[in-house]
Amino acid sequence: MTSSEILFDSPADPVVEGPVLQVEDLHVSFPSEAGRVQAVRGLSYEVSPGEVLGIVGESGSGKSVSSLAVMGLLPESARISGSIKFQGRELIGRTDAELSKIRGRRISMVFQDPLSALTPVYTVGDQIAEAILVHRGGAVSKQAANKRAVELLDLVGIPNAAERAKAFPHEFSGGMRQRAVIAMAIANDPDLIIADEPTTALDVTVQAQVLQLLETAQEVTGAGIVIITHDLGVVAGFADRLMVMYAGRAVETGKVDEIYQQPRMPYTLGLLGSIPRLDVGEKQALVPIVGQPPSLTDLPPGCPFAPRCPMVVDACHTAEPPLIDVDGSAEHRAACIRTGEIAATETEGAEAAAEIFGAEVIEEAEIAKVPREQRETVLELDGLVKEYAVNKGVVFKRRVGTVHAVAGISFDIREGETLGLVGESGCGKTTTLMEILGLEKPMGGEISVLGTNVSSLDSKRRFEIRRDMSVVFQDPMASLDPRLTINDVIAEPMQVHGYSKADINRRVPELMKLVGLRPEQLSRYPGEFSGGQRQRIGIARALALEPKLVVLDEPVSALDVSIQAGVINLLEELKSKLGLAYLFVAHDLSVVRHIADRVAVMYLGKIIEIGEVNRVFDAPRHPYTQALLSAIPIPDPVKERQRERIILTGDLPSPANPPSGCRFRTRCFLHASLPPEKQRVCIEVEPPREVQAEDHEAACHFAQIRQVL
Amino acid sequence: MTVILNEGDSAGTAGAAQGSPVDAAPEPDKAMTRGRLVLIRFMRNKLALIGLIIIVAMYLLAFVGPLLSQWSYEDRDYSAFLQPPYADHIFGTDNIGTDMFAQTMRGLQKSLIIGLLVALISTTVAAIVGATAGYFLGVADKALMWVVDLLLVLPSFLIIAILSPWFRGKSWWLLVLMLAAFQWMITARIVRGMTLTLKEREFVKAARFMGQPARTIIAKHIVPNMASLLIIDATINVASAVLAETGLSYFGFGVQSPDVSLGTLIGNFATSATTFPWLFLFPAGFLVVFVLAVNWVGDGLRDALDPTSTRVRRKEKKDTKEKAA
Repeated sequence: MTSSEILFDSPADPVVEGPVLQVEDLHVSFPSEAGRVQAVRGLSYEVSPGEVLGIVGESGSGKSVSSLAVMGLLPESARISGSIKFQGRELIGRTDAELSKIRGRRISMVFQDPLSALTPVYTVGDQIAEAILVHRGGAVSKQAANKRAVELLDLVGIPNAAERAKAFPHEFSGGMRQRAVIAMAIANDPDLIIADEPTTALDVTVQAQVLQLLETAQEVTGAGIVIITHDLGVVAGFADRLMVMYAGRAVETGKVDEIYQQPRMPYTLGLLGSIPRLDVGEKQALVPIVGQPPSLTDLPPGCPFAPRCPMVVDACHTAEPPLIDVDGSAEHRAACIRTGEIAATETEGAEAAAEIFGAEVIEEAEIAKVPREQRETVLELDGLVKEYAVNKGVVFKRRVGTVHAVAGISFDIREGETLGLVGESGCGKTTTLMEILGLEKPMGGEISVLGTNVSSLDSKRRFEIRRDMSVVFQDPMASLDPRLTINDVIAEPMQVHGYSKADINRRVPELMKLVGLRPEQLSRYPGEFSGGQRQRIGIARALALEPKLVVLDEPVSALDVSIQAGVINLLEELKSKLGLAYLFVAHDLSVVRHIADRVAVMYLGKIIEIGEVNRVFDAPRHPYTQALLSAIPIPDPVKERQRERIILTGDLPSPANPPSGCRFRTRCFLHASLPPEKQRVCIEVEPPREVQAEDHEAACHFAQIRQVL
Repeated sequence: MTVILNEGDSAGTAGAAQGSPVDAAPEPDKAMTRGRLVLIRFMRNKLALIGLIIIVAMYLLAFVGPLLSQWSYEDRDYSAFLQPPYADHIFGTDNIGTDMFAQTMRGLQKSLIIGLLVALISTTVAAIVGATAGYFLGVADKALMWVVDLLLVLPSFLIIAILSPWFRGKSWWLLVLMLAAFQWMITARIVRGMTLTLKEREFVKAARFMGQPARTIIAKHIVPNMASLLIIDATINVASAVLAETGLSYFGFGVQSPDVSLGTLIGNFATSATTFPWLFLFPAGFLVVFVLAVNWVGDGLRDALDPTSTRVRRKEKKDTKEKAA
């Protein structure tokens, strides 16, 4: 890394004293059907050189719009007023051509979706070189720019950079693309980097890599960074200062530690309380924030958060509270008239949130008190195998390879139990689900649902089993037929299974109430509901036939944090009320820790560690589990800074060509530290799943406990 | 227990925020049926309503009109040759004294029936074939697409023209089937493509995993989600079937005399368009107005069926504003 620092010459202009970016009283509005949308309403902040500012808020809070305004990338129809000063120079009112000289050179941006941020028809190296040539066309030759592009790719940790620079974006994995985008962003040694949800589209292990890379980028360039996110966990260890946005305004600003430990605005409290914590073993009460962000077309007077606030008093409706200093600190400011009372509560942080919002820990189901061995097995997988053929040729197809999507996995789920299935994308989680839900004879191994082996089913029996098993999908937009009313959506499974009309008409409103929706809304179409509500409708449909097992495919990963808490609470409550068993697939381990009883960690089509959730999380044996756990950010800046992070190198190998022996060895830090004779064991022998402790199995030759939380 | 929460309680849904009347006043405790909602939304579109009225009026006129007239399309009035419209013959007469009103109505009847049937048959065939091929893939897909490709390369106009002597004197149903047989292939291909993407949508998977049989999935989830496409297609098909029929009849390959259609009338009197305009203008005018009306109705139906379409709501907004002003 030291050699690369030479790359960054001193900026052409003398460094200006004071903040890099100064935003004052920024207003942005857009025209819409229902009137002007006031997306940003009087926002002020500043970023000093080398400082990291985190902007946090729900979708629609104006966080992205405000940074697009800084970049001058808003559509023509947007009306902008206020002041945006970059190194003392006003940006508002400049022409696009003038801004283009600053954009990409002095200010650069990292977008959420790395695939659409890169042009598919040029090589990655060319695109980075272009970023250099555009701004320094006169001073830098084409060869020099290409050479620098390779150096930059090397800097952001792309192996074999000279070769990979010639690759096209589609040949890169998601994480590598985001690295390339960051390489492009730092190509011209910017003074300000704006990162808009840079890790949202990525896996947790890759997220950790990218965050570390952004830190490196900041060290190398000395730039100020604005990082926008909806996830308070991501910025805890990374940001210096934090700004929480709600309805187009900052509602709380301050140093990271102060905000996480002494939040003084109920909204911040709610956000903190809604995150399931990876480091909390006992059941934790999650705080859902009721309702939705207000419509920004015509806001009623008063605090915009008042309709969702548990502490609301009459005075809240009279005027919008300004940002005021709290706790006698000039840096920590919150927009709430009752900050004093929040400060007076005895508890702090997330516990205060649970207290103020009145969240409670959900009771365990009756069935969960029966010892596990005595409960009925709902689902059992024994050595399940699923392979796809890779074919080539048009007329004569020949098989050129096999994708081992699922390579022999076994687990069982008992009545009233939740098994969390976790792993990076591409590890075979979804394939496993589809195999279970398909109820067809598997390619290898056995699936038993409620004691019935799936291989021996005739179509009548298969149809009967479908009653006991239902599914909730990830994307609440795609999982409901937009052409059916909610009534028809929820009634469909009952119609299929021959319920009478009267039964259906009675049960549908019941189910609506069960998932916390109003039966009056039954005649509406899915498009008229928010994401969280749609997910509830999906859950109502899954429960229609009173199943014993519900398969949940990332049910909360597409939702905002505050909404997510509500859905998790609902799932937990339903489980305790109806004694359901869940197969819960997720990549977010904190959600899994919160909701699951047992957890299975998958890597490249194999389960590498399985066991009771607290045992696995508190004493992980497999290096991959350890790495996964250490990659999950904890929403606590102090803990987060002290944590040692295991950064996995590279990406998931292709399941068409898995490594010999232990599949994880190519990325394993433990393997790398072993003497050669032990390494040979990893390379030659595939580790079997061995019992490590009571209800805790791991597949590693050299398994050892390592604390990572 | 504050655990189960309703996110819609305080702020309402996105739709309600836009002030759409459909959302604002749902009938309490009673689920509104989908058909009713579609009807309400359709009625809101003025142009479509006008189109519908025109079409209904045309059908009424075409079938009831001849009963009220004293002339039949086969009668001749030897006292009036080539007369411009007057009280006895409201559309005038042609060179052999046939009443133009009776002839136009008879032609309209034929053309309307043929157009409608061809559109219905071809769009239905396209939806069934395309969705079946796309949903089941494999052998069904290969076989059906082979038929599609085969029919696509055949020159339909020429084949119908060649076959026309054979169905001379036979029922006009044969013409309907022939026209329909050559009009569904491109739509079927589009439907197949859309089925391939729809099939991967989670609501289709959900239906499959709850045990819904394939044909119900196609009928309930896949085809309705292509409704806009199919309706637009049916609309264009009505228009193009009428045009194809008139085209064929114009050259004498379609509807055979003594029967008449708009096509034979236009064909017969095209040469007199400038000298005796009433002979040409009445059949041609009906043709144009009909095709236009069908298109308006198609547009209106698409907006009404598509819950994401905002055109209906937008119009509503403007209306209320105008009223307020």
